[in-house]
Amino acid sequence: MDKESNITKKADEFLQIFKKGEEFTKDLLKENERLRFRIAQLEETVEQSHNEERIELYEERIKMLEEEHNSLLEKHRQVEEENKDFASKYVEVEAENNNLANLYVASYQLHSTLDFNEVLRIVLEIIINLIGAEEFAIFLMDDKTNELIPVASEGLSLSGIPKIKMGEGIIGTVAKKGEGYFSEGITHVSEVDAQSPIVCIPLKIKEHVLGVISIYKLFVQKNSFSNIDYELFNLLAGHAATAIFSSRLYTQSERKLMTIQSFLDLLKEKPRR
Amino acid sequence: MPNILVVEDSATMRQLIGFAMRRIPEARVIESTDGVDALKKLSSEKIDLILADINMPVMDGLKLVSLVRGNPLYKNIPIIIITTEGAEEDKKKALAIGANAYLPKPIQTQDLIKLVNSIIS
Repeated sequence: MDKESNITKKADEFLQIFKKGEEFTKDLLKENERLRFRIAQLEETVEQSHNEERIELYEERIKMLEEEHNSLLEKHRQVEEENKDFASKYVEVEAENNNLANLYVASYQLHSTLDFNEVLRIVLEIIINLIGAEEFAIFLMDDKTNELIPVASEGLSLSGIPKIKMGEGIIGTVAKKGEGYFSEGITHVSEVDAQSPIVCIPLKIKEHVLGVISIYKLFVQKNSFSNIDYELFNLLAGHAATAIFSSRLYTQSERKLMTIQSFLDLLKEKPRR
Repeated sequence: MPNILVVEDSATMRQLIGFAMRRIPEARVIESTDGVDALKKLSSEKIDLILADINMPVMDGLKLVSLVRGNPLYKNIPIIIITTEGAEEDKKKALAIGANAYLPKPIQTQDLIKLVNSIIS
């Protein structure tokens, strides 16, 4: 009996121990679950803090890129400005090149001959082709009569152009003063008055006026004078004058030489019996 | 190497155009003083472009354009008219008979270079 009750008592004790073990295990499981939850929370927090760090990093990177972008935009603007500057300089250089070519050709042609009529033809060519005049005349001074005599013309009959006295009207005044005349504004008139030019240029060697170029009408496509026209007028004033003067002297001397030569030939001839 | 035939009675203009054509890479300028001389040059040289004046002695530029356009050997050669005749009707007339372009005098060499480049390229 005692033995039996002893076994029952031990079984109860074992059962209680087992129950306590079960409770302890359940507590452990709960604690484990709580700790897992806590770990998950902590992991989330850590991840969030990493994200914030990344965002900060990205923001910094964006700022840097924006600065770089702005600096590139500024450089682009500067390059664009430089390009515009170069383009306008290129246009200027091209225009200057054109002007120099015109002046070079005019000067070269003017001094390419010593034939008086050829020089006059070249002056006409320059005024027609490089300046763009349709009607004009070249007058040369006759020192004996003190009159300007028309010697060449374009678009006008030479015989219809009157001689002009020194100091008379626009043309005579230009010859007297040695200063060019430029009318205000260019009008394309159908009939011109030989005494009323739109431009009159003295042909001068230093202060000595040899004659004048008198322009009455420009081509229909020519509405104004440009810088190169004034440069050409200046060139004509000096170079055409020297070319005309030297060619006239040369032609006269050639003529005299021929006369003298003929005279000498005549003298050399043996008298016929 | 483009061969450019300049047909102009004025030596001043021939020299100025020749000067401008030096800016066209490898261009060779052949000069003629009138239409008849130009036709002779056309038969002896391979010409890639003609620059012609209108008012010339012997044969004028308009006659030259019509003869060039009427000849199967030369009809495709581009022609630029450079002239003092600046009125719109003159331009229309030149273009109507077959000129490719029309440049009134006085010319700006940079305009001529641009025009020639656009045609020969």
